[in-house]
Amino acid sequence: MKILTEHIDVPNIDTIDVFMKHGGYSAVQKALKKMTPDEVTEEVKKSGLRGRGGAGFPVGMKWSFLAKPEGVPRYLVCNADESEPGTFKDHYLMWKSPHTLIEGMIVSSFALGANTSYIYVRGELMYVINILEKAIQEAYDKGLLGKNILGSGYDLDLFVQPGGGAYICGEETALLESLEGKRGNPRNKPPFPAVKGLWQCPTVVNNVESIAATSWIVNNGGDAYAAIGVGRSTGTKLISASGHIKKPGVYEIPLGITVEDFIYSDEWCGGIREGHKLKAVVAGGSSVPILPAELILTTAAGEKRLMTYESLSDGGFATGTMLGSGGFVVMDETACIVHNTLTFAKFYHHESCGQCSPCREGTGWMDKVLNRIEHGQGRKEDIDLLVDVAKKIEGNTICPLGDAASWPVAAAIRHFRDEFEWHIEHPELATKPGAVFMRKGASWTK
Amino acid sequence: MKVTIDNITLEVEPGTTIMQAARMIGPEVAPPAMCYYEPLKGSGGKCRACLVKVTAGSEKDPRPMPKLVPACITAVQDGMIVENTVNEDVLETRKGIVEFLLLNHPLDCPVCDQAGECHLQDFSFEHGVSSTRTVEERNTFEPTDLGPNIQLNMNRCILCYRCVYTADQITDGRVHGVMHRGDHAEISTYIEKAIDNDFSGNVIDVCPVGALTDKTYRFKSRVWFSKPVDAHCECEKCSGKATIWYKGDEVIRVTGRKNMWGEVTDFICNGCRFDKKKTADWVIEGPTNVSRHSVISANKYGANLIKPAFPVLQAARDYKQINDDRDRSFLGIQPALPKSKKK
Repeated sequence: MKILTEHIDVPNIDTIDVFMKHGGYSAVQKALKKMTPDEVTEEVKKSGLRGRGGAGFPVGMKWSFLAKPEGVPRYLVCNADESEPGTFKDHYLMWKSPHTLIEGMIVSSFALGANTSYIYVRGELMYVINILEKAIQEAYDKGLLGKNILGSGYDLDLFVQPGGGAYICGEETALLESLEGKRGNPRNKPPFPAVKGLWQCPTVVNNVESIAATSWIVNNGGDAYAAIGVGRSTGTKLISASGHIKKPGVYEIPLGITVEDFIYSDEWCGGIREGHKLKAVVAGGSSVPILPAELILTTAAGEKRLMTYESLSDGGFATGTMLGSGGFVVMDETACIVHNTLTFAKFYHHESCGQCSPCREGTGWMDKVLNRIEHGQGRKEDIDLLVDVAKKIEGNTICPLGDAASWPVAAAIRHFRDEFEWHIEHPELATKPGAVFMRKGASWTK
Repeated sequence: MKVTIDNITLEVEPGTTIMQAARMIGPEVAPPAMCYYEPLKGSGGKCRACLVKVTAGSEKDPRPMPKLVPACITAVQDGMIVENTVNEDVLETRKGIVEFLLLNHPLDCPVCDQAGECHLQDFSFEHGVSSTRTVEERNTFEPTDLGPNIQLNMNRCILCYRCVYTADQITDGRVHGVMHRGDHAEISTYIEKAIDNDFSGNVIDVCPVGALTDKTYRFKSRVWFSKPVDAHCECEKCSGKATIWYKGDEVIRVTGRKNMWGEVTDFICNGCRFDKKKTADWVIEGPTNVSRHSVISANKYGANLIKPAFPVLQAARDYKQINDDRDRSFLGIQPALPKSKKK
């Protein structure tokens, strides 16, 4: 079942004519001519679509929180600042099929009553920005954007904004600051963007994938979307699969397939590369807790783990993880967890905005300690120190970057503590290139 | 609106923050503030030193808040119950915040002009632990010259953003700001430039640490050797209300007047601050009420001037439990003075 990537392999799908030939912009026709904004919102609510940026907050509910005072403009901002290591789905979608996003933007803006909308694209993706600019111009030429769209009396201007080149600008309030032309520092919440967002006006910030899905929901109805998936995880999700698998890439999966299926089935990842075994998986981008092979395939209760928000977070952080933004990084037994954790910690150290003290100092501290452990300078007390530092950052920061920095470190120690200990106890072995600790009896060593 | 902080209930106006409500009760329950500065709009929420536990959100919705919340920017709700000094989690987190703030701090108090009136010293004394867990090298910065009046030592900075807000709100044109990000973020001007306008000196007063100090006062004296005196002068630019600091007969420094929270409400101009260094320039009002952020009266001009601070009492009380064979007087911890001993 494909929704977003149905026509993605059609040649020239990035041009508006080809896109319209394959049913593109029918949702705009339907929404603007036959539906009211409230009806569109209602369909999205019915669909159970959850935010695809990572947090998984229901989109319809987020829309209904939008304050609607008289005489104040409202904005829709598309968060296309995808920077999470391991995640590259939005990039793929915008690059291959920009009109999918633009169609979603028009429908969503209409539902929210926004007359100006923005797509905040990661600054590094300049060629994607060019593709989007070209696509938007095509939409203007066809009368799908601008004044009085399709004679419905609804106006919409859509702008692309190149991002400031920082991971933190993907946090919604930092994104808004950046969009206003300021330093990308997250704001204190409350007030939330739904009340005071862009230029202190009510604003909704949604992920590319969430917005793109709304046009299918308008075309086929919220119930049809809700019929896909399991429980509260409805619809399809783009997963960026990478790491030691046979077929890395972006896959659109119906939520609810098993993780085992996703890794080993030929339809998706195609299994671990020849001659190796699954060791660990980071299921939703670098910020979610890493899970060892045993726990990613089955939950602590012994059930098969599914690719859904609920199943992946089953057992909390003790035995579970999160679906996050869908950056599915698979590691086989040649991967060193300490090295991997260091890489993540280094990233968050580099990307912390430096506004609040736990994150600014804590991320740097974790990076330095992990760096020592990795390079054979670790001390016994360092492992507990890392756990404690991670605990003191988590939940005490302005924005979720602090959590994102502490979760992977805490989880790696939770599940692979012996690997850290081995690094500290055997520095001369551990610092050899390619050295990996082989845990006795673990499924990936057999 | 009714709010309960550390089991003390009081009535406050709607829109009051937890911090403001706690300060109404007194310094014993007021959370520490490193970045929050009441006269500056928009300050607060950054250092996380004032994190408190809200055990009941409001009368209507008595659920506890899941995370600790910053007291300085969280507005009280009717029936809110807040725990500050009585909550273990809060105290533990605060220890962590002290540790984070000191992690890359040079701890060069012996040569720092701010020593003795430094909020970070107070904060770490009141809420921190005495040992360190870090062996890492500290981050350092290249020195930046901010002109003839203001000395910047970026290594000491805790990035509270107070000086940025001051320059935005008090002066007419900000030339300095925070550059870079993360733990290599620094206060600087874009391409080395002097901060030069009539009210620029106020960044010295708002700085909670020794990152921004007065160049005209540099290395002249320790704070505790000088006598602060309230004085005013005729000034066209500012209120002229200041505190002048004497060493012997010489005025060695002029600062704004600070209230009990270490905040200046009447900002003074650079003319008053840097140029009026003679007694004749000023009309003396009387000795300054020494704030809790100053060590001036300790062991010197009568300890009874300062209300024995709550944490000092605690430290004195806990003293015996520490297995330390050093002499008590060596540590400088005095037992609480009984009330009858007042002069």
